[in-house]
Amino acid sequence: MALTSNLEGKVAFITGAARGQGRSHAVRLAQEGADVIAVDLCAQIGSVAYPMATPEDLAQTAEEVEALDRRIVTRQADVRDMTALQAAVDDGIAELGAVDIVLANAGIAPQLNSDPHPDHEQAFRDVVEVNLFGVRNTVHAAVPSMIDKGQGGAIVLTSSTQGLTGRGGDGSGGMDGYAAAKHGVVGLMRTYANWLAQHRIRVNTVHPTGVSTPMIENDEMNAYMEANPGISAALENLMPVETVEPVDISNAIAWLVSDHARFVTGVALPVDAGFTAK
Amino acid sequence: MFTTGAARGQGRSHAVRLAREGADVIAVDLCDQIGTVPYPMATPDDLVETVRQVEALGRRVVATQTDVRDGAAVQRALDDGVAQLGRLDIVLANAGVTSYSPAEELSEQMWDDVIDTCLSGVFRTARAAIPHLKANPDGGAMVLTSSTEGLKANQHMAHYTAAKHGVVGLTKVLALELAPHGIRVNSVHPTSVDTGMIHNEATYALFRPDLEPGEATRDDVGDPFQGLNTLPVRWVEPADITDAIVWLVSDAARYVTGIQLPVDAGATTQ
Repeated sequence: MALTSNLEGKVAFITGAARGQGRSHAVRLAQEGADVIAVDLCAQIGSVAYPMATPEDLAQTAEEVEALDRRIVTRQADVRDMTALQAAVDDGIAELGAVDIVLANAGIAPQLNSDPHPDHEQAFRDVVEVNLFGVRNTVHAAVPSMIDKGQGGAIVLTSSTQGLTGRGGDGSGGMDGYAAAKHGVVGLMRTYANWLAQHRIRVNTVHPTGVSTPMIENDEMNAYMEANPGISAALENLMPVETVEPVDISNAIAWLVSDHARFVTGVALPVDAGFTAK
Repeated sequence: MFTTGAARGQGRSHAVRLAREGADVIAVDLCDQIGTVPYPMATPDDLVETVRQVEALGRRVVATQTDVRDGAAVQRALDDGVAQLGRLDIVLANAGVTSYSPAEELSEQMWDDVIDTCLSGVFRTARAAIPHLKANPDGGAMVLTSSTEGLKANQHMAHYTAAKHGVVGLTKVLALELAPHGIRVNSVHPTSVDTGMIHNEATYALFRPDLEPGEATRDDVGDPFQGLNTLPVRWVEPADITDAIVWLVSDAARYVTGIQLPVDAGATTQ
């Protein structure tokens, strides 16, 4: 079955859009006809052990969206910085029109216990700042324009299987913060779903299991999993796949933001190969 | 594809939509009244209309009057359908009924009829399908129809709420057991759907006890129905549930299994 979402004429605001899931979402929604406001930090955060996205990555996203004959406005901005994020959204709106779709996708996985000298407090603060506070900023930067437009809309917050379980917990600041932030995103989703229903703006979360992106496919994560076979086993999926692909999350999102899901709101949607059903 | 409760409402919507996507259909429905159910259930004519709509799309359909309370009958209907159509990929355990009563006054028969249809019937549907899906090299997908009452509670529906919660447990167990065979199992949780199951005198009386029996109209119950939802809508359409199911059974959801998917206008997020 070929599923189409028909997002012709819609504007999607996507954070963490330089690579990985964010780029996949941008391309997938552009395939359905959407124009894109793409934001990414494109810089390193100290407590993150793997290389984060670069300006070249964001340019590559723009190239792929433009190759589909859709328009894209890219900005380097930090989701932790509301002023910068608002400026990026406002630039996008000025060029593309009001936002219809928000994908709060930007997220980090900070250092794990594999780091010889982990700064647990800093790791916890960083991941909560990006993965939870950044999601709040993303929604609030875009929602006023959605309400003004009066056409409803759809918001998808990217949580995680770690937003529904604590499996694999190791007591590190990074893991504590990641699970706490991703659980917190569910709370944001529920309160936003109630707040925004009157404007016919739907709000849902997606909960990916491990996705094959640089966030988990890197030397640090590989070494950590090798050194911690118990945790590695705990993080296995029910279905016989190690990871899912970015497009699998994009496909769920393409459905959630489409009219095919016009009465779906307040839902926590796992795309997790059965991880949370185990 | 195999769907129960196919004569009208959501079941017909699923059958016709999946036929439009290219599926052949094994359609079953009781097409008869159950004594404790206080609204008119589907008729043989309804099932004939489903068959007509599927065939109008150029797809094949094997339809039988089959009672999901009878495990052997379900097995027979499905085996026969698969024999005629050649394979089974998609199973939709959709058949359901309800009645209304405070728990204290809920009779044994009311309890048994709802549990037997909405929970045991779903189990029998799934069990009958497992060998056919396992025989399929591509695996398959099941969607069990639960309800918002599978995630929260409504008064006067102890049997229905218990049955629909039970469907969640069944979904999770089947997901575990069938994942190694490439078979995905999920549940959907509709809020009120614009079908005969809600638009009837008995349901209206539950929502508008202040009005004389038989007096309440569709408009009279609009506000209390809307009060169940977070989005400003009274009820959703069968097609909305079908849209969710089409996504769940498609390759776009190839790694989605064991989940509970509300299509409920925010009813369970209140």
